Amino acid sequence: MVTFTLNGQAVSAPEGETLLTIARQRGVEIPRLCYMDGMRPDGNCRTCMVEIKGERVLAPSCCRHPADGMEVTTNSRRAVISQKMSIELLLADVPETAYTLDSELDYWAKKMGVGKPRFRSRPQPAEDVSHPAMDVHLDACIQCKRCVRACREEQVNDVIGYAFRAGRSKIVFDFDDPMGTSTCVACGECVQACPTGALTPARGVATIAPDHTIDSVCPYCGVGCQLTYQVKDNRILYVRGKDGPSNSSRLCVKGRYGFDYVQHRHRLTKPLMRKPGIPKHKDVVVDPEKWHEVFREATWDEALEFAAGGLRHARDTYGKRALAGFGSAKGTNEEAYLFQKLVRTGFGSNNVDHCTRLCHASSVAALMEGINSGAVSNQVRDVANADVLFVIGANPTMNHPVAATWMKNAVKRGAKLIVADPRRSDLARHATYYLQFHPDTDVALLNALLHVIVNEGLVDQAFVRDRTSGYEALAENVRKFSPEAMAPICGIDADVIRDVARLYAKSKGSMIFWGMGISQHVHGTDNARCLIALALSTGQIGRPGTGLHPLRGQNNVQGASDSGLIPMFYPDYQGVASPDARHRFETLWHTPLDPDPGLTVVEIMNAAKRRDIRAMYIMGENPAMSDPDVDHAREALAALDHLVVQDIFLTETAYLADVVLAATAWPEKVGTVTNTDRMVQLGRKAIEPPGGAKEDFWLLTELGRRLGLDWNYAHPRDVFAEMRTCMDSIAGITWERLERESSVTYPCVEEGDPGEPVVFIERFPTSSGRGKFVPADLIPAAERPDAEYPSVLITGRQLEHWHTGAMTRRAAALDALEPEPVASVHPLDLQQMGINGGDVITIGSRRGSISLYARADEGMPRGSVFVPFCYYEAAANMLTNPVLDPFAKIPEFKYCAVKVAVGGAVPERLSFGGGTLLSQ
Amino acid sequence: MAINIDEGEPGTFKDRYYLERDPHRLLEGAIVAAWTVGIDSVYIYIRDEYHGCRDILEHELAALRADPPCRLPEFHLRRGAGAYICGEESAMIESIEGKRGEPRLRPPYVAQVGLFGRPTLEHNMETLHWVRDILEKGPAWFAGHGRNGRKGLRSFSVSGRVKNPGVHLAPAGITLAELIGEYCGGMLDGHTLYAYLPGGASGGILPASLANVPLDFDTLTPYGCFIGSAAIVVLSDKDKAAAAARNVMRFFADESCGQCTPCRVGTQKALHLMHERRWDKPLLEELSQAMMDASICGLGQAAPNPVLSVLKYFPGEVE
Repeated sequence: MVTFTLNGQAVSAPEGETLLTIARQRGVEIPRLCYMDGMRPDGNCRTCMVEIKGERVLAPSCCRHPADGMEVTTNSRRAVISQKMSIELLLADVPETAYTLDSELDYWAKKMGVGKPRFRSRPQPAEDVSHPAMDVHLDACIQCKRCVRACREEQVNDVIGYAFRAGRSKIVFDFDDPMGTSTCVACGECVQACPTGALTPARGVATIAPDHTIDSVCPYCGVGCQLTYQVKDNRILYVRGKDGPSNSSRLCVKGRYGFDYVQHRHRLTKPLMRKPGIPKHKDVVVDPEKWHEVFREATWDEALEFAAGGLRHARDTYGKRALAGFGSAKGTNEEAYLFQKLVRTGFGSNNVDHCTRLCHASSVAALMEGINSGAVSNQVRDVANADVLFVIGANPTMNHPVAATWMKNAVKRGAKLIVADPRRSDLARHATYYLQFHPDTDVALLNALLHVIVNEGLVDQAFVRDRTSGYEALAENVRKFSPEAMAPICGIDADVIRDVARLYAKSKGSMIFWGMGISQHVHGTDNARCLIALALSTGQIGRPGTGLHPLRGQNNVQGASDSGLIPMFYPDYQGVASPDARHRFETLWHTPLDPDPGLTVVEIMNAAKRRDIRAMYIMGENPAMSDPDVDHAREALAALDHLVVQDIFLTETAYLADVVLAATAWPEKVGTVTNTDRMVQLGRKAIEPPGGAKEDFWLLTELGRRLGLDWNYAHPRDVFAEMRTCMDSIAGITWERLERESSVTYPCVEEGDPGEPVVFIERFPTSSGRGKFVPADLIPAAERPDAEYPSVLITGRQLEHWHTGAMTRRAAALDALEPEPVASVHPLDLQQMGINGGDVITIGSRRGSISLYARADEGMPRGSVFVPFCYYEAAANMLTNPVLDPFAKIPEFKYCAVKVAVGGAVPERLSFGGGTLLSQ
Repeated sequence: MAINIDEGEPGTFKDRYYLERDPHRLLEGAIVAAWTVGIDSVYIYIRDEYHGCRDILEHELAALRADPPCRLPEFHLRRGAGAYICGEESAMIESIEGKRGEPRLRPPYVAQVGLFGRPTLEHNMETLHWVRDILEKGPAWFAGHGRNGRKGLRSFSVSGRVKNPGVHLAPAGITLAELIGEYCGGMLDGHTLYAYLPGGASGGILPASLANVPLDFDTLTPYGCFIGSAAIVVLSDKDKAAAAARNVMRFFADESCGQCTPCRVGTQKALHLMHERRWDKPLLEELSQAMMDASICGLGQAAPNPVLSVLKYFPGEVE
């Protein structure tokens, strides 16, 4: 603590705080513009000047700390002249009417009594409205560089710079390119940071005052960023980032600018029923604009009775196991819990699953097997405590952008990053080691790392001795996986393998992050087993800055899994096959339960094709686009006697439905979701749903009742209350606490527990308390390239689009940013084919073929092609191989054999996509 | 150590003059300084317009490394790229680090946190140039020079309406009148002394009536001026002080790094006001106060000097 005087008053304050903060805490408001809470202060606007006795010039209070005996005056004649003159100079150069309602310059000018400036204005730059989501009006720029810090220091995208000099000083995108053609990723951090409206959301929305604002969570990815909807006339005007524990007000392009899908004209507003005589077959395509060619509107009573009736009929005629349900990883925990309860008690089997099967099923299988816990051990932001980050088979700058910003921040702070991926991502430019290993050679690389750790004495002996089992078998297994032997297989130099292994093992804290590159293989479980072995053998788990973090994709895939939306587990991973667990739920739910685990997603599709499954209820999922080999999946769906689809749009899956229940979108409901960090967060209702669309909660309870279930839930909080009674992990979390705090981390076992961010500190939740090593061998992908199909297909996602594209291709800015289906190919491969980016290519596999536009990408491995699965007109899953990992039943999305030919039909578009929305 | 040969102050050319004739004195001074303080790396920053001098230094550094008289610090020769602000000690360091030449906020000072985060000794060329002579002849020798109660020798870069402009090595504390009379051969024929800039663009403008003020550090402060790099620009009855001030302000407005409001915007607005037939004295004085008190570095802090000098000593030109 230091003692000094502030405007004559004695003050005691911590040494590390700034004069500005100390003054503000004592009610002394010093003007400031380039200063922003949470950001490194830059001290350039010079509106916060204070006088310090004995110093020749004034000091910027945002950048100065007190010293004992210092005499500080914030309101002396000299200080006020400088504060006001700086404001006046800036005011002279901005237009009189601001581009935003919240100009901080206007605020301070008014507060300090700065009137009409006495200076001539500068010549003003032209506006730049080239970007679909953001407007640039540099006539309002005060060169505070908050946007530069936002872009370079917070999001670390390094797009915005400060260029030229003197009066020509300018913030620029790349080399002074228009924002719309720059490398900007539209995270909007700069817009959020700009104090004067020089950077705003597009088309003037920031000048409209909202009626009210609602705090909620982003509906897209597993980072679970908190945000605030700005609402007017029951429409979302725009979104602001909120200071949530996982994001600290940061967002990405989807969360910030991709909210208008909610208001798209294609929103289902009434339940639909299939018109009689309209056949179902795999090639049915319904333009959502022309739904009336296949469906007719119905009343809710009719639709619900028909939906339930068909399910009851199938159950009563063909048996309980002839039904199946796909729940949603994008709905709330309460909806997921009700859905699995409906299947288990209403249908009477465990044939319930969701898209986690296609995603992290293998990761969870390995984690359950090894340490009996299917969630992350450490949260993303724990990278602040890590010295080494190992990111393998994940592309967080695309798929978890805000999580990636924390990783980039850690690297800037000195952490070492290792990125391992056959495709070079944006994150790799920050890496100390980028390992571009050959596709499908994960186990070779990882076992080689383990070999080094075992053979060079890098094992944490005490940890292995006290906290693990099975080490000997693992050590024996990796003996034949020397770096020299594995180098030719995985394509990484033996020396580099050694260096990476040493770096990971010896650091004070190493964290492993992984994604679909690890999980979506026939040996996905093996891949994850190797990662677990890395952490266990080196003791890099159970402490801050260490651990295992499978980056969960959907906003609620963690929660959906936790809530039991899986065929082999009840809520909280209590085994269906475990008599104790079954007894617990039979008691809670007052009904006998099927003792056998149910079928998984792809198995259900196969069973539907075989007609073993006759009826399905699908909520908020789009297997007709997301399943592997969609031709086959669509055949399976078409073969069903009765398909009930509950969704907000007429998706590809809904084309094959007998009845479509019009449901609510995320901002139209209340409920909890659980992000990748094990944070249970509350989504709040911001707007009313359109037309007659109903809340999923209501639809579930209505269907449940019509299936004979005695359900009396008045509100989702009642469901949450029931969940707490059978899920130890969240037993201590109350709905009231969520309403107050918006976010609680689990495990939170007793009310009043703060929630545990780091787990496995003393023991693993296995019966022995130990983590288990499970060795892995080299298993190749199911379908390798050959003479007929010589290239490798890798599927995945894009920054601007979410999964099957149903939401994001109906958001104007996102649709404009990525309008058309593209396949990424290495430029030298394109050259060999004699074509350029933008030309049409046709990719064929043994399952099907698609035509789309080639895009040059130097990050691609040679002889491969990457296709995102979000474009209905060139569905990547037409090509993928439905072969499954034997333990986790996850399909091999990341590898199959294809042939790439020049030319083909330009993809045919329906009434959405193609960048058409913005102009409409 | 960082050696400042940016020599950007308008009217200054002494460093170039010495480098072209005797570059070894600089290198000797640098080696002695490095040895004294315990410095491993020396970065010489030379303005890019001095390509001839850079050639000389490259050659002489190579010769030095080839035949070192003692253990040498590592010498790095770095080029400027046409920015006056990179002659400011911390902006120069930023430039050497590969960043925009923007002065740093202080504290911390460069002696605490400087080049690449390390404590840094920064000197200009003139200081190091004298180290050898002072060591050989003793400090009393150097201090023994001086006039009007001041100590030492100063290299004046004189330009303007004098018969013999150029670098003149003269006692510190010499007056303008003495400098012109004894070293510069007097005023040009037909020109009468009217005004002078005692310290380049930043040092202000004084009238002929103050030609007898000793020229040294601190002696000019009571008059709102300073000697800076001792670049003396002599104006005659053919010149106007306001025109000179505008010229100088145009220079500052162009060379401002653009980081802080009082300088980036203030120099532009001052220039606007100075182009009026009649200067708005109260507004210019208020603006000047803010620029002197709130600018991050000396450029913005000193930019008002010519304005205030005109308002004080040449009011008739701007009323």
